[in-house]
Amino acid sequence: MSKAILYDATMCIGCKQCEGACAQQNKLPYDDTVAAESVQSAHKYTVVLTKNDKFMRRLCMHCEEPACASVCPVGALHKTKSAPVVYDVWKCIGCRYCMVACPFGQPKYEWGALNPRVRKCIMCPDRLVAGKQTACAEICPTGATKFGERDDLINEAKDRIRQNPSNYLPHIYGLNEVGGTSILIIAAANVEDYGYPSSARIGDTPMPEYTGRVMERIPDFIPLWTLVLGGIYWVSHRRDEVAAAEASEKNGSAR
Amino acid sequence: MKLRLTLWRAIFLVIMVLGLYSSFIRYFRGLGAVSNMTDQFPWGLWIGFDCLCGVMLAAGGFCMVGAVYLFNVERLHAVVRPAVLTAFLGYLLFIVGLLFDLGRPWFIWHQMIYMNFHSVMFEVGFCVMTYTTVLFFEFLPNVFEALKWTTPIKWIKKIYPVLIVAGILLSTLHQSSLGSLYLIMPSKLHPFWYSPALPFFFFASAVAVGLAMTIFESTQSAKAFGRQLELPVLVTLGGALLIALWVNVLLRFEDFFHRGLLRQVFTPSYEAYFLWLELILTFVIPIIILSFKKARLSPQWLYLASIFTVLGFITNRLNIALIGFETYVGHHYMPKWTEFSITLMIIAIGFALFGLAVRYLPIFETEPGHKLEQPEHIGVRTGVLSHAGD
Repeated sequence: MSKAILYDATMCIGCKQCEGACAQQNKLPYDDTVAAESVQSAHKYTVVLTKNDKFMRRLCMHCEEPACASVCPVGALHKTKSAPVVYDVWKCIGCRYCMVACPFGQPKYEWGALNPRVRKCIMCPDRLVAGKQTACAEICPTGATKFGERDDLINEAKDRIRQNPSNYLPHIYGLNEVGGTSILIIAAANVEDYGYPSSARIGDTPMPEYTGRVMERIPDFIPLWTLVLGGIYWVSHRRDEVAAAEASEKNGSAR
Repeated sequence: MKLRLTLWRAIFLVIMVLGLYSSFIRYFRGLGAVSNMTDQFPWGLWIGFDCLCGVMLAAGGFCMVGAVYLFNVERLHAVVRPAVLTAFLGYLLFIVGLLFDLGRPWFIWHQMIYMNFHSVMFEVGFCVMTYTTVLFFEFLPNVFEALKWTTPIKWIKKIYPVLIVAGILLSTLHQSSLGSLYLIMPSKLHPFWYSPALPFFFFASAVAVGLAMTIFESTQSAKAFGRQLELPVLVTLGGALLIALWVNVLLRFEDFFHRGLLRQVFTPSYEAYFLWLELILTFVIPIIILSFKKARLSPQWLYLASIFTVLGFITNRLNIALIGFETYVGHHYMPKWTEFSITLMIIAIGFALFGLAVRYLPIFETEPGHKLEQPEHIGVRTGVLSHAGD
């Protein structure tokens, strides 16, 4: 049901064709200068990084329970059933809470624009609806970026690690991190070396739960606190009224 | 006196000119040109100071309304109006600040139609919006009194209980929720400042700052506008401030203790230096000052303690919003001068509007027929005044 991308860093040859295909799909400029940029930005949703002759792709992880979508005050970001976390620019007010909240630091901003947008990989939702795979997966010459059913890809990742244990670290990044993501990564090197947050750092708890624990109390808190405040008001003013009534009785003045 | 006044006006003018220039850059060159915010540091000075601190500094409004109308502390009646005025202006300027910080401020009204109930930001925005409306109604009687319209004042008096309860409820919610904004960033915010108890800290610090700001602004405006203030008011506020500070200290200590951070807190590090600064300003200095009975009875010492408290909690919030992220991001964020200049402009406008309101509206006058009136206080008042804010 739910789709995913499996990125196998050991199969990646660093050709950066995924970068180009992504740019073309999202109508972003792509030339040698952009290709040389090793950071993601408002005009580069995905990047292939090189370290010690090993490659690693970075892109939006499309969390199962995305922090960005939960924090957006106007619901401009949401998780679709099939996997993509998409962005409705016409709702966005530009508060950038999504950028601050994302544990992977994925949403980027058009800082130079006068009507700026949040930019990130949206996992080609139009292509998915049309039954196609993402642009990056389609163009990948080695199959390092593979598109498919999340459950199938998890099994495949496990198989690959089992069959070639010396080639991989025994961990599927994204399987459980922050409650699971739609991007799954297996590699020989630590993902942290390429700027990903470590699994220990982000944990397996979905990010929205951290705020949910507080937010879910609010519906109970409002009537309760209103009653308490109203009660205090009533008591402290009742005391005045009684005192005034008693005083007027004593004075015998009939008001 | 005259010279000082013109000096202040000159400063105001310079701030306004630079602020307008920066505003031009903001709206015609974009956020990138006006600020040092980046993809790594998407929230800068404007969120850290204008929003987090601004709302905290305006907390005097709900604190004083609560004290006087909810708990019937009659002594404080004289400071309710200035506190409500400060809060009202504070929230208006907070919204102005947002219009600078939001990337697409022209869609700020989307907040009202595309509501995401899971978002803390939505809750804060909604509460701020409604609370500003409440403050508007709490402030309105000043205008009606100045215009001598008695009928509408009666109407507002009728709904006053509702306004008071709603105002305090909304304040409780959004003051604490400002802290909840950061709950979703356990992996990013430094453990000194990330805590599951953030909403409690934000509320507790808002109360302390609300009290401190009321002391500060009462003394300050007594000095600046030649108004009068009773010593008992300051003394009551000072006592309450001491209690509020102790509550804050206990909360912070408990938090550090339970998260096993006490050793780390006392180990020198970049973050520790900022934490120490914050703790010394918020707790050590004001609590020491206020622990002396003599200081609690002295307007000058109360004024000083309130200044340290306010500065301390401003440091606290800037630490949360800016310093606490630097290790995660891997580099420092220093606001551009244009960012400072817009913040300064907003503050300057606040001061100017406060001055105008005090001049034309009955802000510092107690209601006619009120208990705390006239003769026996005059002696104390003038005595206080001559030293106020030295």
